[in-house]
Amino acid sequence: MEIHVIHYLVISTIMMFCGIYGFFTRKNLLALLISVELMLNATNINFAVFNRYLFPGQLEGHFFTLFGIAIAAAETAVAIAIIINVYRNVKQILTDDITDLKG
Amino acid sequence: MEIMELLSFQNIVFYVVAAAIALCSVLAVTTGKLLRAATYLLFVLFGTAAVFFMLGYTFLGAVQLMVYAGGIIVLYVFSIALTRSDKDMRYKVSKAKLFSVLATTVVGAALVLLLLFTNGFALNAIPLGEELPSREVGLALIGTEKYQFVLPFEVVSVLLLACMIGGILIARKEK
Repeated sequence: MEIHVIHYLVISTIMMFCGIYGFFTRKNLLALLISVELMLNATNINFAVFNRYLFPGQLEGHFFTLFGIAIAAAETAVAIAIIINVYRNVKQILTDDITDLKG
Repeated sequence: MEIMELLSFQNIVFYVVAAAIALCSVLAVTTGKLLRAATYLLFVLFGTAAVFFMLGYTFLGAVQLMVYAGGIIVLYVFSIALTRSDKDMRYKVSKAKLFSVLATTVVGAALVLLLLFTNGFALNAIPLGEELPSREVGLALIGTEKYQFVLPFEVVSVLLLACMIGGILIARKEK
């Protein structure tokens, strides 16, 4: 028995739209970042699945996913550094509190 | 016969993992506590790694486990503790906003699912249990020919270095 390609894509769709929902409703910056991670993960799954599905002999999607993971790690590190700095200055990390970015 | 049993076992594992991913990603964006959201994200990342393993991309699954589940989640947990934000997160969202968000999400998801189901994928199945050898991955990662990826690899290393320095610079305490 083989698994239909749609089943993989349905998982990534659910993950993507959970991320979008969270990105719109959450107010804590770290929760926003968690939603972004969900969206990035969904795209990673899609790249890997389409690579496997369309060109099993080639590795483009595989490496795109690999670099996507690396870039997500870099993005998270910088974002968390910024969030910690915001916390140090404003003592809150809610989106309502950082409407103006004064130094 | 034995092969058939193995494959149907893989099918069962796939659907269990799929259900876990769907449930945990819904919980990760709806739960009230930030630390719980991070934990649910961890389970989603585990599930994604399992999907990569099932696709045969074992190297990718291992990278996912190490970088995401091992590295990024630890960063999250520490920054949640550092910013003391593990309190109740159920802030008031206005009804109009909640309605528009739900409408956007549901309509978007319905559109994407409709496109998926009416697209009619030609081959309609992905073979299970064919592993991509890591030797091939390694050769493609450091080769300089066509369809080999040494340049993006180097660019990503420089990007990671820049991000590390940037992160240290930003998060450092000013004296």
